[in-house]
Amino acid sequence: MNLRFIATSLLLLKIALSLGCSPAQTNVERGILEQELYIGIGTEPSGLDPHLVSGMTEHYVLLSLFEGLTTLDPKTLEILPGVARSWSVSEDGLSYTFDLDPEARWSNGDSLTAYDFIFSYQRILSPELGAPYAYMLYAIKGAEAFHKGKIQDFSSVGIRAPNPQTLCIELHSITPYFLTLPTHFTWWPVHKSTILKHGAMTDRISKWTQPKHFVGNGPFALKSWRLNNMIKVEKNPHYRAQNSVQLNGIHFLPINLETEERAFRAGQIHLTSGIPIARIDWYKKERPKNIRFDPFLGVYYYLINTSKGPLKDPKVRKALAYSINREQLTEHVLKGGQKPAYHFTPPNTGGYTSNDCFSYDPEKARQLLAEAGYPNGLGFPEIEFLYNTSESHKIIAEAIQQMWKKELGVEITLYNQEWKVYLSSRQAGDFDIARSSWIGDYLDPYTFLGLGESDSGNNHSLWQDSVYDEILSQATQSLDKKMRFESFQKAENHLIEAMPFIPIFFYVRSLLIDESVQGWYPNTLDYHPYQHLSLERIPDSI
Amino acid sequence: MISTKKEKESLSRNTQINRLGLWHHLTQSNHARIGFILFSAITLICFLGPFFLDQSFDSTELELGASPPSLEHFFGTDTLGRDLLIRTLIGGQISLLVGFSATAVALLIGVTYGMIAGYIGKKTDIIMMRFVDTLYALPFTIMVILLTVLLGRSLILIFLAIGAVEWLTLARIVRGETISIKTQPYVEAAQLNGLAHHKILYKHILRNLISPVIVFATLTIPSVILLESVISFLGLGVQAPLASWGSLINEGAQKFDIYPWLLILPSIFFSLTILSLNFIGDAFRDGLDAKN
Amino acid sequence: MFKLIIKRLLQAIPTLWIIATITFVLMQLTPGGPFDQEKPVTPEVKLLIEAHYGMDQPIYEQYIRFIKNRLMGDFGPSYKYIGWDVDEIIAQSFPISLELGFYALIIALIIGVPLGVFAALYHGTKMETLLMGIALLGICLPAFVLGPLLLLIFSTELGWFNTFGWNVASDRVLPAVTLGLFYAAFIARLTRSGTLDVLKHPYIQTARAKGLKESKVIWIHTLRSSLSPVVAYLGPAVAGMISGSFVVETLFFIPGLGSFFINSAFNRDDTMVMGTVLFYAVLIIAFNLVVDLIQIWMNPKIKRD
Repeated sequence: MNLRFIATSLLLLKIALSLGCSPAQTNVERGILEQELYIGIGTEPSGLDPHLVSGMTEHYVLLSLFEGLTTLDPKTLEILPGVARSWSVSEDGLSYTFDLDPEARWSNGDSLTAYDFIFSYQRILSPELGAPYAYMLYAIKGAEAFHKGKIQDFSSVGIRAPNPQTLCIELHSITPYFLTLPTHFTWWPVHKSTILKHGAMTDRISKWTQPKHFVGNGPFALKSWRLNNMIKVEKNPHYRAQNSVQLNGIHFLPINLETEERAFRAGQIHLTSGIPIARIDWYKKERPKNIRFDPFLGVYYYLINTSKGPLKDPKVRKALAYSINREQLTEHVLKGGQKPAYHFTPPNTGGYTSNDCFSYDPEKARQLLAEAGYPNGLGFPEIEFLYNTSESHKIIAEAIQQMWKKELGVEITLYNQEWKVYLSSRQAGDFDIARSSWIGDYLDPYTFLGLGESDSGNNHSLWQDSVYDEILSQATQSLDKKMRFESFQKAENHLIEAMPFIPIFFYVRSLLIDESVQGWYPNTLDYHPYQHLSLERIPDSI
Repeated sequence: MISTKKEKESLSRNTQINRLGLWHHLTQSNHARIGFILFSAITLICFLGPFFLDQSFDSTELELGASPPSLEHFFGTDTLGRDLLIRTLIGGQISLLVGFSATAVALLIGVTYGMIAGYIGKKTDIIMMRFVDTLYALPFTIMVILLTVLLGRSLILIFLAIGAVEWLTLARIVRGETISIKTQPYVEAAQLNGLAHHKILYKHILRNLISPVIVFATLTIPSVILLESVISFLGLGVQAPLASWGSLINEGAQKFDIYPWLLILPSIFFSLTILSLNFIGDAFRDGLDAKN
Repeated sequence: MFKLIIKRLLQAIPTLWIIATITFVLMQLTPGGPFDQEKPVTPEVKLLIEAHYGMDQPIYEQYIRFIKNRLMGDFGPSYKYIGWDVDEIIAQSFPISLELGFYALIIALIIGVPLGVFAALYHGTKMETLLMGIALLGICLPAFVLGPLLLLIFSTELGWFNTFGWNVASDRVLPAVTLGLFYAAFIARLTRSGTLDVLKHPYIQTARAKGLKESKVIWIHTLRSSLSPVVAYLGPAVAGMISGSFVVETLFFIPGLGSFFINSAFNRDDTMVMGTVLFYAVLIIAFNLVVDLIQIWMNPKIKRD
């Protein structure tokens, strides 16, 4: 009634005003002219100190401000030189020697040396700093012992610099994916004198990341930063490969999904960090060129508390897993090209793709449930499902709840908790089934399968299996890639047979992208170095 | 400006109203009648309607997805293919229940508290009002989160949580009015005549501050209905797949340009309820005025 | 008057102390800490991080240190936003919320008060139904509905305003309207009822009988006392408006205090929660004092009490 009145009068207003108005220049157009990228990053980063942060949002920003020893080709994820021009590996695969680029500089003009890396690695591994991701450096010999305070002397950790241009790293065991590690922000160098100027080496509370103090070594340098508003970076004139950088600046906007989408439609940003589910159909139909779904190294799964009532029985867990129609879910509910998951490790994790370990089979699910003593769900006790508050987790849970009800006759109650409460419930094992997800840290199946290990701090299912642990340790120790992958497959089968985690789907990174953005390649790590990007005006096709 | 003739008309209408008693007024006023009928109709539909519908509020039809109103689904379906009509009706049960109970709690506490503080005055007033200031300032989000953890999830807690915030402003309004009524000659006269305090409070003060209270109550109900969705969001109260008007409207607002029916239909129920409540509230106010 | 202000300022001290203490206890009781995340850090690392912020000390020592620091005006570093201090964040975001709240208040008063007064004057006529219908619209369209609607129409469709941000002058329009209209509806209804109450008082009837000009009667004699409930309502409402609205700030992506206020609770950013709660408490106390002063001015007889 009222809405219609408003709509009509506004339509009239629009007609009246569109006659006299010429549209102002949008950010997208201005960006193309000035080679400045406007990009939505979802939320405010919790900081810009690469040793203290842990999320994707921070990764998006830090990638413009720092650079590690190696980088990745965004198209193929092949290793490319970074601060290190070249490197060599010893026969036994345990020591790496990096030859640093003499042109490598900090954004204040200081030259970047191997000593800077030693300082940085000492900093992140110092227990006092409390770096959340310090374990990413555990591949280095002695790193874990130093970080856990078992050794005090950093010189016994396997990092040396025979001269300013050479960095030697000794590993504590064979790590086939080692060269991909320095592409992670925990491995990036920080500027020693800037850090020490604003506090001790291991001070968390420091002002060094403020724009007026900040020093980095990436293709861009920090220009301004206002919380909940914008982080602006500008081309770093001291960057080693300055000529390869085409953009003059980047505006990082920590705006949420809905706002991002509106901003994109209004031509105010070039790139978004995601798409609200409800919009996907519209973009697919109206603006297919602007929508992208890139596979991403993550799995969405339902975590089962294997100590609770009927869930102790693997048959019940498998019945729950087999009765979920994942195709229907990804196609009609999620819509973003997510892959239904019939194994735990996402496809193509460091070259490894698992076989499907099970399928959607409601008949078998019913049979398993009957074998467990609950034919047609009869006598099945009340089970609760926990999810953290979010629209998408809710609709997935609502859909799956109905599938379980329909296929198995099992009634499951849903409830949501606020994020931090959810985390502590999960940690304490105070749940029956909980929605969960896991994003890989590096390109190796172990980053996923390690989750099921008995001593993993992230295994909240309370499922422990020494056979599984044994298979995994065989896999990580084998040098031969084929044997390694075979062992991983064995582990995968074993995990699915026990089903402490019900895989639901593999993530995709969905985003909106303006036609003018060049050099943004899909890859599973969501790794998009900004020196490869440029903005080009696309002539209007008529 | 205002023509005197019109103004006289309205004055004479006023005096006419004044002659009628409360009940008479409520039954005679057009607005009140419309309000009552509308409100009873909505309540009946929400509570009895689901018995006549063969859809269920939670069974999904994923292939169908969000579909506009049709013969099969009069209100259309939501993104999981669930019938929106039945969801709106069931949601209405929750929203009406929460709206009324929580407002009743807030009214009871707010009016009593405000009247006592205002009437006694002095130190009691100071302490009571600083207590209200304190409650205002405490972080609501944290308190609700804590409630979920300490006491679990139940509908009663929603009333508690909402009542706990909504009575504060009411208490301040009532206190302000009480103080100002207290200084009126007739109250002072009553006090001199030795009329018992509770009688003064009831007879002179409560009756005179009833009108802002009624207005505030009719405004509180919609606030409470919407606040409920925020509280469910924090994990307290109504859990999926149940929905309430607040959560339906909230979801609909985000997808308005794509699936307009998801917003419009629950909003119509919500708006009509508020409209009818305001009609009833106004009639009550006028009726009580008349009675005095 | 002066004595009252001094007295109330003195009362504010124990009030703030109680608020700080209760909030401190609440934060201790609430599950989840600032450093919990999807991939949890090991317990050892967590202890080390907490040591940085003195969270490893016994509770009573933390409490004493906490009260001492607040007394010295030190709100400490934010746990969530590494490298930022709480007072820095408040200093950056409050002016924005204040500005937004100010515009919203102006809109709310300019629309709400006349709407209410005219509705009362036309009591019982169709005109009243129309005016109050408009006010009801404001209540039926809460910010989370109105905001997206305005954005859809004026930003994405018409392109008159930016879809987000607080950078140019025109960015103020939609958020201020969204926030203001909701309060306008409340104010209109409260004003109407107040005016009706006052209009039936004998002294107004007398003034009318004396043949005073109608407009003078309304604006001078009635408005002052008819606004009393509105004023009582406005105290906390203004404090809420200028300390930032979470919904509006989130919708329009405005870097104001409101989003920090709510998000700090979700992040368990204890220092930030504490800082914003105390800041808000000061605002509440101040505005409630202002309200009481205005009410005394409106009805000088109250003063004796």
